[in-house]
Amino acid sequence: MRDPHIQFAYLDERTKRMIRRAILKAVAIPGYQVPFGSREMPLPYGWGTGGIQVTASIIGADDVLKVIDQGADDTVNAVNIRRFFQRTTGVDVTTDTTAASIIQTRHRIPETPLREGQILVYQVPVPEPMQHLEPLEVETRKLHALQEYGLMHVNLYEDLAHFGQIATTYDYPVLVNGRYIMAPSPIPKFDNPKMHMSPALQLFGAGREKRIYAVPPYTSVESLGFEDHPFSVQRWNQPCGICGARDSFLDEVITDDQGGRLFVCSDSDYCAKTQAAATSSGTTL
Amino acid sequence: MYVAVKGGEAAILNSYRLLAQQRRGNPALPELSVEQIMAQLRLAVDRVMTEGSVYDPHLAALAIKQSAGDLVEAIFLLRAYRATLPRLGYTQAIDTGRMALARRVSATFKDLPGGQLLGPTYDYTQRLLDFGLLATGTAPDAAASAAGPDPVPGSAPSEAAPRVIDLLNQEGLVEDQAVPAGDPEPFDLTRQPLRFPADRSARLQNLARADEGFLLAMAYSTQRGYAESHPFVGEIRFGTVDVCIVPEELGFEISLGDIAVTECQMVNQFKGSQSEPPQFTRGYGLAFGHSERKAMAMSLVDRALRAQELGEAVTAPAQMPEFVMSHSDSLESSGFVQHLKLPHYVDFQSELDLVRKMRQAIARESAAAEPDAGDAEHA
Repeated sequence: MRDPHIQFAYLDERTKRMIRRAILKAVAIPGYQVPFGSREMPLPYGWGTGGIQVTASIIGADDVLKVIDQGADDTVNAVNIRRFFQRTTGVDVTTDTTAASIIQTRHRIPETPLREGQILVYQVPVPEPMQHLEPLEVETRKLHALQEYGLMHVNLYEDLAHFGQIATTYDYPVLVNGRYIMAPSPIPKFDNPKMHMSPALQLFGAGREKRIYAVPPYTSVESLGFEDHPFSVQRWNQPCGICGARDSFLDEVITDDQGGRLFVCSDSDYCAKTQAAATSSGTTL
Repeated sequence: MYVAVKGGEAAILNSYRLLAQQRRGNPALPELSVEQIMAQLRLAVDRVMTEGSVYDPHLAALAIKQSAGDLVEAIFLLRAYRATLPRLGYTQAIDTGRMALARRVSATFKDLPGGQLLGPTYDYTQRLLDFGLLATGTAPDAAASAAGPDPVPGSAPSEAAPRVIDLLNQEGLVEDQAVPAGDPEPFDLTRQPLRFPADRSARLQNLARADEGFLLAMAYSTQRGYAESHPFVGEIRFGTVDVCIVPEELGFEISLGDIAVTECQMVNQFKGSQSEPPQFTRGYGLAFGHSERKAMAMSLVDRALRAQELGEAVTAPAQMPEFVMSHSDSLESSGFVQHLKLPHYVDFQSELDLVRKMRQAIARESAAAEPDAGDAEHA
C-alpha cells in the first residue's frame, strides 16, 4: 500500500522533529498556541494541513489511524486524508474508534469515550479564539499573556443581553487548565464536555495560521459560562433515525421536498455499533 | 431505510479521471508540451516561479500544464513541491547593478548613464486582437523576429548602467539603506512562522510570494487616497543576473548560472520628520522573470508598509503589516476561502438548532404579549 518513492509520512525527518518540538512545548503549556514553521502540504490550506502535519510528525509504522470529518469516516475529505496516509505510511487504518491509536478529526469528537494512549488530532482553521473580536495578533498575544479575557466574557454577555442565550454553537471557547482560553476548533459545543479530563492526548494543528496547541491527558477544560447562565449543550427531541441512539449528536438530513426530515448520528462508527448491538439483542426500532 | 450518501473513495477516483479528461481536452488536437508552455507562455511561467518561490521554468511549465492553466493552482503545485526540498546551501546576494539588461526604464530622468532601453514590452502595443495569430504555423514576420535579439540576453553584464537609486544616493537626496550592523541573516519565511511585528526582510519575502492580484489592488489603493505616497518609478530593469555561491571547502565564489529577474525601485517624496531631513524614500520590488506589474505593485506596498518606521500616520489597509501580510498569500487565501466547500453539516446543524430555538422564543413572547394588547384596547 505504501508508495516507496515518498518519504514516510511525506515530511522530511528534520521538519517532523521541528513539529514534534512544537508539540512538546504545547503539551507543556496546555492551551498555549505555539508558532511553528508550517509547510505547504500537497493538500490545500483549510483542508486540514495542520492536523496532517501533526499526524505526520507523530505517526509510526505500528500506529492504527482513523480519520473522520463531521464525525464520519466516509466523507470525501476524511477519505482523501486517510488515502494520503495509507499511501505515504502504509499503516493500518480503521473506522473503529476503540481500535485507533491516532484519530485525526475535523469538527467532531467521537461519541465513544477515548482511552489512555490514544491521540486525538484536531484540524484547526482559526486557532485564535478572540480573532473575530480583535484581528491583530500583536494584541491577542498580549491579552493571552496578561490573561486579560474581559473581551471574551463581554462578547458572551452581549449575546445574553441581545438573545437571552449565548449564540455560539460551535468552536465554543474553553478555559484550559485554568490559564489559557482556547478555541476547541469548530466542534459543536455538544462535544466540549468530552475534552475535560480526557484520558487521551489532544493535539491541535492549524497549518495556515501556523500554530500548534495541546490539551494533555487529564487536564481541566472548562467551557465559559456564567453562574446564572451556565454552559449547556444541544439536545434533540428524537433519537437517531437509524440506530435509535439518544445520546449522540444528530445531523439533520432532508429526505424529500415536502419538509420530510430524518435525524441521524453524525458519528458513523457509533451509529453502526449501536445498530449492531440493537440487532444482536433483538430489539427493533 | 435511509442510507446516508457521503461520497467516498469511488467518487474521488472518478473525479480524478474526469479531471484528466478535461485537462487533455479534445484528443484529436495535439497535446501541449511543457517546452511549448515554457517558450510561448513565458509570462505565465514567470508568475508561477515568482509566487511559487522556485526558479525552475521547466517545473513551472509542468505545473501550468497540470493545472490546465489555473495559475494559482500551478503556484500551489510548485510550492508543495518545494516544501520538502533539502537546503543545500545559500547563494551570495544577487547584484542587480551588474544585470545583463534586456530592458531598463526610468520615469525620473530623461537620460542617464547606460541609457533607457525599451526592450520587450506590451506598454506601447495597441491592444488590437492580432487575427494573424489565429492561423497556426509561422506568422509572416516570424522569420525576421527569429533572427532578432534574444529577449533575455545572456551577454556580458553592462557595467555602464548603474542603478538610478545609486546615482541619487551620491547627492544624499534619497535615504541611505546601509546593510544593518552585523549583516544579520534574513528571516526565512519558508522555515519560520510569520510573527508580528515582522522585519523588512520578512515583509519583502512575503510580498515577493504574494498573489499578484492582491498586491496590485493594495498598491492601487495607495494611489487613490488610502495612504498617499507620491511615488515615482526610479527605475525598472529586467534582465539576467549571475547567481553565485561560495562553497566552504573552496572559499571563493563560483557561478551557478544566470536567472532572469525584474527589479523596481520606487522613489517616494518624503517631507522629513523630526530626525530625518526632507528626502526621497524608497520602495523595493523584485520578481523572477519578466514580471513588471508584480515588481511595481510590490515596491508601492513595501513603501506603504514602512509608514510606521518613517513616522507617518497609519490610516490605510496598505500601511498595516498584519492586514497586508496575513492576506497576501494565494495558497492561504484560496485554501481558506475554498474550504467552505467542505462539509460543514455539524456546524450548520448547530446553527439551525439555535435559530429555531431563538425563533420559538420570539414566537412564545409575542403570543404571550397579544392577549394583553387586546385587553388594553378594550380598556
